[in-house]
Amino acid sequence: MAAISRDEVAHLARLSRLAVTEQELDTFAGQLDVILQAVARVGEVAAADIPPTSHSVPLTNVLREDVVINCLTREEALAGAPDVEDDRFRVPRILDEEA
Amino acid sequence: MSDLTRMTAAELAGTIAKGDASAEEVTRAHLDRIAAVDGKVHAFLHVDADGAINAARKVDAKRAAGDELGPLAGVPVAVKDVLTTRGVPTTAGSKILEGWRPPYDSTVVERLRDAGTVILGKTNMDEFAMGSSTEYSAYGPTNNPWDLGRIPGGSGGGSAAAIAAYEAPLAIGTDTGGSIRQPGAVTGTVGSKPTYGGTSRYGLIAFSSSLDTPGPCARTVLDAALLHEVMAGHDWRDSTSIPQAVPPVVEAARLGMTGDLTGVKLGVVTEFNGEGAEPGVLAAFHDALAALTKLGAEVVEVSAPHFQYALPAYYLIAPSECSSNLARFDGVRFGLRVGDDGNRSLEEVMSLTREAGFGPEVKRRIMLGTYALSSGYYDAYYGQAQKVRTLITQDFNAAFEQVDVLVSPTTPFVAFPFGSRTSDPYQMYLADLFTIPTNLYGGPGISVPCGLSEGLPVGFQIMAPTMADDRMYRVAAALESAVGTLTPPSLEG
Repeated sequence: MAAISRDEVAHLARLSRLAVTEQELDTFAGQLDVILQAVARVGEVAAADIPPTSHSVPLTNVLREDVVINCLTREEALAGAPDVEDDRFRVPRILDEEA
Repeated sequence: MSDLTRMTAAELAGTIAKGDASAEEVTRAHLDRIAAVDGKVHAFLHVDADGAINAARKVDAKRAAGDELGPLAGVPVAVKDVLTTRGVPTTAGSKILEGWRPPYDSTVVERLRDAGTVILGKTNMDEFAMGSSTEYSAYGPTNNPWDLGRIPGGSGGGSAAAIAAYEAPLAIGTDTGGSIRQPGAVTGTVGSKPTYGGTSRYGLIAFSSSLDTPGPCARTVLDAALLHEVMAGHDWRDSTSIPQAVPPVVEAARLGMTGDLTGVKLGVVTEFNGEGAEPGVLAAFHDALAALTKLGAEVVEVSAPHFQYALPAYYLIAPSECSSNLARFDGVRFGLRVGDDGNRSLEEVMSLTREAGFGPEVKRRIMLGTYALSSGYYDAYYGQAQKVRTLITQDFNAAFEQVDVLVSPTTPFVAFPFGSRTSDPYQMYLADLFTIPTNLYGGPGISVPCGLSEGLPVGFQIMAPTMADDRMYRVAAALESAVGTLTPPSLEG
């Protein structure tokens, strides 16, 4: 049985903000199914009482000294942006104006 | 002056310090070499000739003024294109960052500059460091100097190929699941992944933040150790950077070069024995074990029962972190924007941009990670993988109570022909079968050449406890003293 359907992959692509083509959906559905069936092997391990590891370095609350340091200038920060207006990042519309 | 490109980094530093050659001459020799052979190898995505010459001249001026020079002053180095370089194009092998010039240097690059090394340019890689062959680079693959029809490993195939082809004596790589060690193995060079947190991730374009580790690539173990010392150490700008002194890796490499391993215990992992590895790779590995035994090392078999689940756990954890990290490529602050016609919404433009800017492997991993993190699947996939990660760490801790280091082949197979593993992505993942456990544990691992199989290099991997990087350099240098270094066929003519 397939671990993941073509419709589920289409849903994942939407969540991932990837405007994939129909042909890509066919390819990815098959490939992701193979990968998911292989990685599902982690479920064979009895680990109910095992704490999870998110990170190998046991450091917490790492903060720097609370002093003013140099940071990027506005020009530097905006220099790589695809579109800039009035010294700000310009983005396409976020809200539907007809709504 | 072409013999300058054949020298080790240690020799070049000595040559420059004595005044037998200037840093500029050394740099020009390597730029000439790049011009002569990179058309065949394609190790570089960007060569910064002007920046390199300027950096070299600064070293020469310092020497002329009688200032003290660092141990690698004037030595050229190639940098994987996933580390930011101020004002110099940085793409991470992706179309989505084509033309981007970062406004800041990564910590690793800053330390390279402070040490007086000369940055030659940026090396090719699988897109966002996801892959084992450079075939997923958006700018075309790098060709292995040993056989131009075969892969140089990945993701850091450009860095490994650059040093194998004598285009640079040193290079920087990054290792998330084997991206320094596996390219080292298949190009006959040394590739070292330091302890996670031992080298800074600041300015390293993130793939999997709990695993990504910058490290050195070189043609000798001593050179790798010298570069390791220059690039490593605590960095307040990386919250996972370990606030401890750098392990004495150069001293350990020099100790290993004496060829004495009396009293050193090497652990061979039972669960790695033979599984999935080519016969020629296993033969070279066992020959190397015999050579190490002759140097006085004791070989012990140790069990690590959860290592067999490392690959599945990794391919849940790394894609999960990747799906989150790569959300920053939204067509707003840097890089590509596609489809912004004044009518489309931000979300539509974002989706079109990411579709156009990302290649197939990156898309697969983003979707895989999105799946593993989604409600309903989180506990069974990502949560369970994190628990398996704990068990793998416990396996390492138990093993290191019995032995000083663990050893294995670096990768199950020698350099494979282009196109042989791209249609089935999981076949590509198997290249990192032996390197991934160390990443999940967070300890250091190094690949050192140990011989040939079918005329192609085989790598020997040494894994050490966290922050005991020096141990693996000692064993690696001893092995190198016994089996020698490898020289690829000539690229001329």
